[in-house]
Formats: sequence, structure tokens, C-alpha cells
Amino acid sequence: MSVHRIMGIETEYGISTPSDPTMNPMVASTHIVNAYAQLVASPQSTHQRWDYAVESPLRDARGFDQSRAEADPSQLTDDDLGLANVILTNGARLYVDHAHPEYSSPEVTNPRDAVLWDRAGEVVMERAAAATSLVMGGQQILLYKNNTDNKGASYGCHENYLMKRSTPFADIVKYLIPFFITRQIFTGSGRLGVGQDGASKVFQLSQRADFFEVEVGLETTLKRPIINTRDEPHADPEKYRRLHVIVGDANLSEVATYLKMGTTSIVLAMIEEGALADCDLMPSDPVREMHRVSHDVTLSNRLLLNSGEELTALEIQYELLGRAEKFCSERPDYDVDVMTKDVLERWRLVLDQLSMDPKLAAKSVDWVAKYALMTGYINRDALTWDDPRLQLIDLQYSDLRPGKGLAKKLIAAGRLDKIVEESEVVDAVGHPPTNTRAYFRGECMRRFPESVAAASWDSIVFDLDGHEALLRVPTLEPTRGTKEHVGALLDVCASAEALVAALVAD
Amino acid sequence: MPSQEKADARARSTSQQSEDDEVSGKAASQEVAPSEVDADVDAILAEIDEVLEVNAEDFVKSFIQKGGQ
Repeated sequence: MSVHRIMGIETEYGISTPSDPTMNPMVASTHIVNAYAQLVASPQSTHQRWDYAVESPLRDARGFDQSRAEADPSQLTDDDLGLANVILTNGARLYVDHAHPEYSSPEVTNPRDAVLWDRAGEVVMERAAAATSLVMGGQQILLYKNNTDNKGASYGCHENYLMKRSTPFADIVKYLIPFFITRQIFTGSGRLGVGQDGASKVFQLSQRADFFEVEVGLETTLKRPIINTRDEPHADPEKYRRLHVIVGDANLSEVATYLKMGTTSIVLAMIEEGALADCDLMPSDPVREMHRVSHDVTLSNRLLLNSGEELTALEIQYELLGRAEKFCSERPDYDVDVMTKDVLERWRLVLDQLSMDPKLAAKSVDWVAKYALMTGYINRDALTWDDPRLQLIDLQYSDLRPGKGLAKKLIAAGRLDKIVEESEVVDAVGHPPTNTRAYFRGECMRRFPESVAAASWDSIVFDLDGHEALLRVPTLEPTRGTKEHVGALLDVCASAEALVAALVAD
Repeated sequence: MPSQEKADARARSTSQQSEDDEVSGKAASQEVAPSEVDADVDAILAEIDEVLEVNAEDFVKSFIQKGGQ
């Protein structure tokens, strides 16, 4: 199916403590995670560790491993530093990554669910910040869903897509780079500042673009590549590859997140099935073009392609959309695949809007919404682009607090369109998707928190009464462990001991 | 009217990327016509006025992050 595949979003949130700017961000992030753990978990359940035994962040999709000695320490994401870590009942992971609190969503099967559990992550962070303030005597820790401090630092919002292992990695590189460079026109969250330090107070489409320096590579914290080669499938490596996408912005607009995940999933389906084999849209200088697309609010720059053609970002997107429409409509299940149709229609709509007048996309595209606010202030108050108030708007757009965050204000005022209902979001804070292995993980956390010693994406480690050793239950297949597979079993097992006994007998 | 020119000058002088990226070339497009301002926009700006942090300059300056992934 086109838009459907196992996917997820991991977001590192910006964090600050205005009343104590000297507070170490790792300490502040730890407060956030621990406060949430105490808020929602049973007293016994805050001790779970992440099960690093199965992680391999230095495995490269190109077929070799980087040595740990050669790697930058920030790449060693499987080093257990004893930092705060909680596995949530919705199957997500909440933890401290580097100097940021991070929410890694549970595995979902489609872009709408990706939006839902990403929004659940916002609520988790918002509640965590409120809980932290309570335990810290009213001292506020503020969280931002953005990707840069405009002073040289960037932190990520990564997408993950499960792909067929049989797809050649060279194809992924060849066809995804033109798509990633140009999708910024509807996935960008907007940024007032150009250059990694944001010194030039000029507006650009993307928070992340200026931090990308190479086309392909393993790193995520330095020399960031457009295509990240981290090959850590968290699943059967013979069967699957997890494409780890690091070029995206964190979106506040639900429609932007939906489009980002949906269009990327369709492009990946076309790559997997060879539908782009005659489609050479590769720019001659991808990194430079990525920056140029982001720096062009008129969307009129032409990208020089290897073929000698010169196309705008919109023209490249229209080319890919046209192929996607043909590819999807020829599939036997297309008539009943409502979500794929919806993604294609919204993809065309947003490109049409951006072509006619970008302002028409203000209800779905973050950068357009943010740009409209800034130009509104400029006109009303005769501000110049270097006015600190505009920089504040850039930052406060991503503030998670409902009364303070400007994107939240726009959503409340009906100025940013929604994809999911708030009641669904609240439910997704505590409950996992029912159609992936996240269901088994989340339900084990909800039902038997005192018996789970550790967990990871592809394992749950039980500490059972009557067993001296810990017992690891692998969950290598992301499409198993669903409610359909294990719901009835969970319902008849009153304890983790009974559950594991039943699983072993199976 | 916004004065993008000042920002442009800074862009040219401070950004190593500006030449490469045609920042200055695109700057004129960031001019905003007064006609774009309508009552609708004024209403949301008034709402935002109420919630913007005070002392924008200090607030923005104090937002310093460590790099992540």
C-alpha cells in the first residue's frame, strides 16, 4: 500500500530555564523526564532501563561499521549514561538525548497516526514541564518544538520509515535527495536567520537546512548529511531497513506533519517498486541547492540539475506528485485506500496554493503561518527584520504552552488546520496504536510495570518472580504484537509471569 | 514599511553564505505591501500582543541550546 508503512517520529525539544539560565540542560532535561515518570507511572515503574543490547548506531547502510574509537562521542547513542529514560504506556520512549528531552513516538502504520502520536508527545512534554515546575517550587522549565537556537546549535526531529531491505541504498540516495531538498516548501517551519548562527536576520523556510553540510553520511550531530546512513533497523535486518531521516523540521502544523510523513512514504514506495527509474532530478550541487531552496521565500529559484535542466522546487515537486498520482491510481486497492487519496489531494492542493500565492497555504504550512505573523507585525508597527520582537515570534511560535505558544494560538483561533481531534490526542497520550508491536510494549507497561526491567523497540526484558535471570522477549517484527495478535492473550494473563509462560508455550 | 535593506546589508557583511545563497537577491521579495494588512490580521496580532514575552531582546538572547542530533 502506498502511504501505509511502519513509521515514527522522534523529536528533541528545545529547553530553557529563564529564571536560572545557568542550569545545565542535561539536568533540566532529566527533571522533565523524571517528573513525567512520577506523574504517570506506578511507584515501581520508574526504574526501567533502555535495553541497549540490541542497538547498533554505528552500523552504516552502505555496508560497513564505523569503529567506536573513530566515532564522535555524540554518535555513541547506545552508551547507557544512566540518563533518565521512561517507556510510556502508549509505547513511546521519553528520555534525555544529549542535552534535550526527547519523545520517540511508538511505531505507527500511517501518516495520520504519526500526527496523532506526535501530538501526544507534545502533550507529554507540556504535562512534564508543568509537573517539573511543581516539584521545583514554581521554577519554570520551558520547552520548544523547534530545531535551532539561532546561535549555532541545532537539534533534530527525525522521521523513521521501515523499508524493504532489498531496495538498493543507491536508489534511495538518488531519488530521495531531490525530494528532500524540495519538500521544504511545505515542510519548513520557518526561521528568522540565515547561516548556522542565524546572524543574518533574513527569513528562510526551514529551521534545519543551514545545518546540512554533506550529501550522504552516518553522522547526525556534525557534518549532517541529507541522507543519513544509520542502519539500525530495530527489526529483522535481513528483511527490513529503517530509513532514518534527519533533514526535517519539527512541525507545529498537523497538516505539515501529515504531508511530510505521507508524501515521503509514497516516494519511498515508488523507489521500492522501481517507479522512479527514469526520473533523474538530482541537482548538481545538492547541499547548496538545499540551502538555496530554504532561502527563497518567492519559491522562484531554479535548481541546476545533473541533466542540465533548471527546475524550481515547485516544478520538481509537481513532477514527483504527477508520478505518485499515476503510481497510486494504478494500484488495485487504490479505490478503498482513503488515506493515500487524501495525501495526494492535499499534496496537490498545497503545491497549487504555493504556486499561486504562498499566503494561501497559511493554514497548513508552518513557515507561511510564521511569515504572515512577522509581516503583520512589520506592517502594523513599522518594524525592521532585525527587530528582537520578530526573533521572539520565531522562538515563541514553537513554545509548547497552550497560553503562550503562537502556533497553539493559531490552532485555537482556527488559523492552522487540524488533522486529528483533541480527544484522540488525549487518548494517545496513554494508549498505544493497536496495529503495531507498540501495542504489546505499551500494554506490558500499563499492565505489568513492576515486572518490566528494560525495553527497547525490539525487545522487552522481564524481571519475573521465581526467575533469577532476566528474561528477554524479542519483538523483532514491527507488525506483530498487535491487539489482534496478543490482545486476547493479554486479557487472560493476570501477571507477567503468566504472560511469559503463555508466550514460551506458544 | 519594513526596512529589509538594513538586514540585507548585515546579511552581506556577516554571512559567509550570502553570496552563495543569493540571500540579498531574494531580499526585495520580503517587502510587504501595506494592503496586506487587514482587520483579520490585526485581530490575531492583538491576541499575540497579550502573550508575547516581555523584553524580547533579553528573552531571545537567553535561549541558548546545546547541539543535538
